[in-house]
Amino acid sequence: MSYKTKIAKRTAREIGPGQVINLGIGLPTLAMAYLPEDMPVLIHSENGILGMGRACRNGTEDRNLIDAGGGYPEIVKGASFFDSALSFSIIRGGRLDAAFLGTLEVSMNGDLANWIIPGKFAPGIGGGMELAQKARRLIITTTHTTRKGEPKLLKGCTLPLTAKACVDRIITELAVIDVTEEGFVLKEVAEESSVDEVVQKTGAPLIVPDENSIPTF
Amino acid sequence: MSMIDKNTTRKEAAALVRDGASVMVGGFGVPGTPFILIDALLEQKPSNLTLIKNEANEDGMGISKIIEAGMCRKLITSHLGLNSTVIGMMNEKKIEVEFHPQGILAEKIRAGGAGLAGILTDIGIDTIISEGKTKVEVNGETVMVEESLNADVALIHAAKADRMGNMVYEKTARNFNPLMASAASTVIVETEEIVETGTLSPDEIHTPAAFVDHIVVIDNLTEEYGVLQSHVIQD
Repeated sequence: MSYKTKIAKRTAREIGPGQVINLGIGLPTLAMAYLPEDMPVLIHSENGILGMGRACRNGTEDRNLIDAGGGYPEIVKGASFFDSALSFSIIRGGRLDAAFLGTLEVSMNGDLANWIIPGKFAPGIGGGMELAQKARRLIITTTHTTRKGEPKLLKGCTLPLTAKACVDRIITELAVIDVTEEGFVLKEVAEESSVDEVVQKTGAPLIVPDENSIPTF
Repeated sequence: MSMIDKNTTRKEAAALVRDGASVMVGGFGVPGTPFILIDALLEQKPSNLTLIKNEANEDGMGISKIIEAGMCRKLITSHLGLNSTVIGMMNEKKIEVEFHPQGILAEKIRAGGAGLAGILTDIGIDTIISEGKTKVEVNGETVMVEESLNADVALIHAAKADRMGNMVYEKTARNFNPLMASAASTVIVETEEIVETGTLSPDEIHTPAAFVDHIVVIDNLTEEYGVLQSHVIQD
């Protein structure tokens, strides 16, 4: 199983019936494929959809219907369309049960840095700040380390922040980690990994409640 | 009662955009982007424009063509992730770019259209985007003043309009269009279909005619309006 599939499958399990959620571009969107077909969930897209379905296939694309990343989605029964101001009223007004975003760095107090690497990567802000700051629950889906193998979970972020103290949970290919007042807490370990590996690849203290009874995924 | 008819040609419409004008352009990706009006601007060649749009379309499409032609001095936007050409021009300082969180950009425009001086928000309060912005205390919380945005001209795409200017948008082509249609001194609409005034149901109208000055009817949807094959999942 690829690391993407591993993360997407585990991310899908965070989504429950009746929720209103936003899945960020990239890794978070992949989780959609692993949601049960009949799951009654309303997926929000920043460009003005509540009730987004799976990606279109086989020529069913509609030129007037895209998601926030430019892909062509289906819509579910009960879907609605609206303008960009109302779309962000859903976000800032606290109507999102959860948002799922990728990241560059997360700190042990839940700070998120995922929008700019000064001098190298500055494509803009998009909806990320509002999602990070206002979703009732923020779940980060990311590889545990960078391509160079450096930890993304840190004591403090080194990059400019997207939002302060906003992250609730982090799902990687190695572990599920919660952000608590005490710092990072290990909740689950991937079958392919070990507590030792997760501790070694996390750039901040990791609280391991009971090493022998950590669930696997 | 004689009926008002705001129908005009694309050439006459483009001539309303002067050198140095600020121009709001509807659209989020392809849906809602007024490609025909953008092409009319490319022929008219106004210079030194300030463009306001959610993103800069993708390389070689829509407002990217205006920027690539050197007609745009400044871009007020949210995200350029799908346009490496404009990111390159920004990095080479060939164009000034001002970024806002997407919903704050929408709300600044909405406020401009609503006759408000600005909005108060905590979005980005703990980040570098708060630097230099006026802060005030409201109910014990620190919030930022985000000034409203207006423009000289708005270029809007509608699925359907009547001759008086009542508009209907389709699916995700709505996005910034109704907001921008309220926030500019001169509002130019391109529409895929024009109908006689009185045939649209008053309940289905997304933007009322009061906001619309000129209507250009699209006679032929160019390739740019179609499905972008680069975003289609191939089985």
